[in-house]
Amino acid sequence: MTQIPTSIDDVQARLLAYDYVADRQLATAVFLALRLQRPLFLEGEPGTGKTEIARTLSQMLDRPLIRLQCYEGLDLSGAAYEWNYGRQMIEIRLAEGAGADRQALADQLFSEKFLIQRALLQAIDPKREVPPVLLIDELDRADEPFEAFLLEVLSEFQITIPEFGTVKAKTPPIVILTSNRTREIHDAVKRRCLYHWVGFPDAAREFAIVLRRVPGIPQQLAQQVVAFVQKLREIELYKLPGIAETIEWARALMELDALVLDPAVIQDTLGVLLKYQDDIARMQGGEAARILEDVRNASRTVA
Amino acid sequence: MLATRPTRGHLAENVMHFARVLRSAGMAIGTDRVLLSLQALREAGLASKSDFHAVLSTCMLDRIEHRDLFDRAFELFWRDPDLIGRMRAMLLPKIRAQDAMAPQQHENRRLADALFPTPKVGETPLEPPQDELEFDASLTFSAREILRKADFDTMSADEWRAARRALAQMQLMFEPLPTRRSARATHPGRADWRATMQAMARHGGQLWDMRWRRPRTRAAPLLVLADISGSMSRYSRMLLHFAHALGQAEARVESFVFGTRLTRTTRLLKSRDPDVAVAQVVRAVEDWSGGTRITTCLHEFNQRWARRTMDSTTTVLLITDGLEHGDVAALGLEMERLAKSCRRLIWLNPLLRFEKFEPKAAGIRAMLPHVDRFLPAHNLESLEQLVQVLSRRDAPDRIH
Repeated sequence: MTQIPTSIDDVQARLLAYDYVADRQLATAVFLALRLQRPLFLEGEPGTGKTEIARTLSQMLDRPLIRLQCYEGLDLSGAAYEWNYGRQMIEIRLAEGAGADRQALADQLFSEKFLIQRALLQAIDPKREVPPVLLIDELDRADEPFEAFLLEVLSEFQITIPEFGTVKAKTPPIVILTSNRTREIHDAVKRRCLYHWVGFPDAAREFAIVLRRVPGIPQQLAQQVVAFVQKLREIELYKLPGIAETIEWARALMELDALVLDPAVIQDTLGVLLKYQDDIARMQGGEAARILEDVRNASRTVA
Repeated sequence: MLATRPTRGHLAENVMHFARVLRSAGMAIGTDRVLLSLQALREAGLASKSDFHAVLSTCMLDRIEHRDLFDRAFELFWRDPDLIGRMRAMLLPKIRAQDAMAPQQHENRRLADALFPTPKVGETPLEPPQDELEFDASLTFSAREILRKADFDTMSADEWRAARRALAQMQLMFEPLPTRRSARATHPGRADWRATMQAMARHGGQLWDMRWRRPRTRAAPLLVLADISGSMSRYSRMLLHFAHALGQAEARVESFVFGTRLTRTTRLLKSRDPDVAVAQVVRAVEDWSGGTRITTCLHEFNQRWARRTMDSTTTVLLITDGLEHGDVAALGLEMERLAKSCRRLIWLNPLLRFEKFEPKAAGIRAMLPHVDRFLPAHNLESLEQLVQVLSRRDAPDRIH
């Protein structure tokens, strides 16, 4: 386990060492989450690096990553713990044979031996040497009742199991929550967290990200790709491409051995960048070529 | 880093004032957030103004909509914290606007009626108490019948009030949708192993005492999109009352109104009193009874709101006459998108009050293929019919 960062600059530099290009705002939020031991709630468009920050933090601090993917109907037995009913049943049969007394059996049936730990309980297990990074991903996909389960975990880092007692983390885990904002998360959850909106990066930062994430990409191609995507985000599309899409597109272009952008190669690869038929149809009719022309002109004036 | 103690005292005070400014501008910032900010500032230090901004925004913001407000307030306030007085004065119009939206009790008709009842001579009580029912049952019945069939647009003020009252008392039923959560059940279904094991442990493993669970249901969420342009205004107003009644019952209701612009009114309609709630909507929306641009507003809804306020289980009530003069092809596309992102799309059109109505207008013809139900909504009777449709468990039946 590595020490947690001592300043915002330190956070920024160490994230960069793991190829995560964070802006100052995000670095501040991460720094505060680490220092104040508060969960960090990240909201933003899909593909802007929310999940990635948790992954990078776990590498950077050399801590295990525990991921809880949310979905509708996720409940305690899926997220926190479940009793091992099969083993309990066998235990009952064995007890019958041995003729054990009732109270002893009841105590034994609901002991730690029969407890199956799921992500949340794993993350706060007091027997852990190293507090992990807990990623609660796409919280907006879970339904509202699930948010209520989280409240105790987020504020006290503990879970109360009625048959067993309260399990509390020795050292609080680093908690990252993400949401794509398909619905509003309840204020009670937000109140327990630090909040940061992860927006699309500016051209300079996106360029740096592409260079780091797509090794071997020619400078000129990277520049054009970034400029093109940045222009695309100014248009009113149904779904704007995120950084994840930019990186995928750059990789796709590399696979096709493209050195610079041209209208034909853009047409062939639009599906990597845009995920709605309406958006693609809109780009096909000369619009893409026009944007490319703008990009070329802009780079010429810069050069 | 924070240098000396006196500075910190001053800073703490200023942060607190700043939080108060934000609060008066409508952001909900509790004392815990102020304390958290101070704690955070101690950790992060005050190296630069942008860091200071980042720290405060991380601690005080909790939704992206407030960021602009926060940024502007931050700029003004921390340029010179002594500007507090002027600052608050600048934000005052906002506060006033909020005050104006607060329910003004003396204006509330229903409350006034309840406090100072002035029974008119010869007027039949429309909602007679149960024991009176026997005496003038026939009269009341016919009065109700007339009220049920009366067109909202031509109602007298008294009728209008009675209709609103009838609406609030309507028996509302919702289509129950199964969820992925479960509740304890008495009849065999899914095994509840946890409860079974507990019961068995209690009996020392002697008795095989099976416990069960069943899937829970919830009312299908609703979304109301109401056209409030000139010809639609009276109907939409009554439908907002209807939406309010639905929202006060168990269903989750989102509401939007549109004329030339689209406005989200969900929060305004949350007020418990229906008159206050609808009055708030009317006051907040500027283009009440103006023109209408259906295509543009539907486009904006699809683009900005659909993915955040509805899901595949939502029933959408679209209230408009469908008389669009602009781009009809685009209107069809927007309707298609709307229909595809919800469970049922019910179009309420007051034009259906005319018996020989035929969908001849180009706008109506473009919208119709994408609608599951096409219903009238001009009197109480038609709204009762709508309640029936909402409560039914039938599969969507697209009309063509």
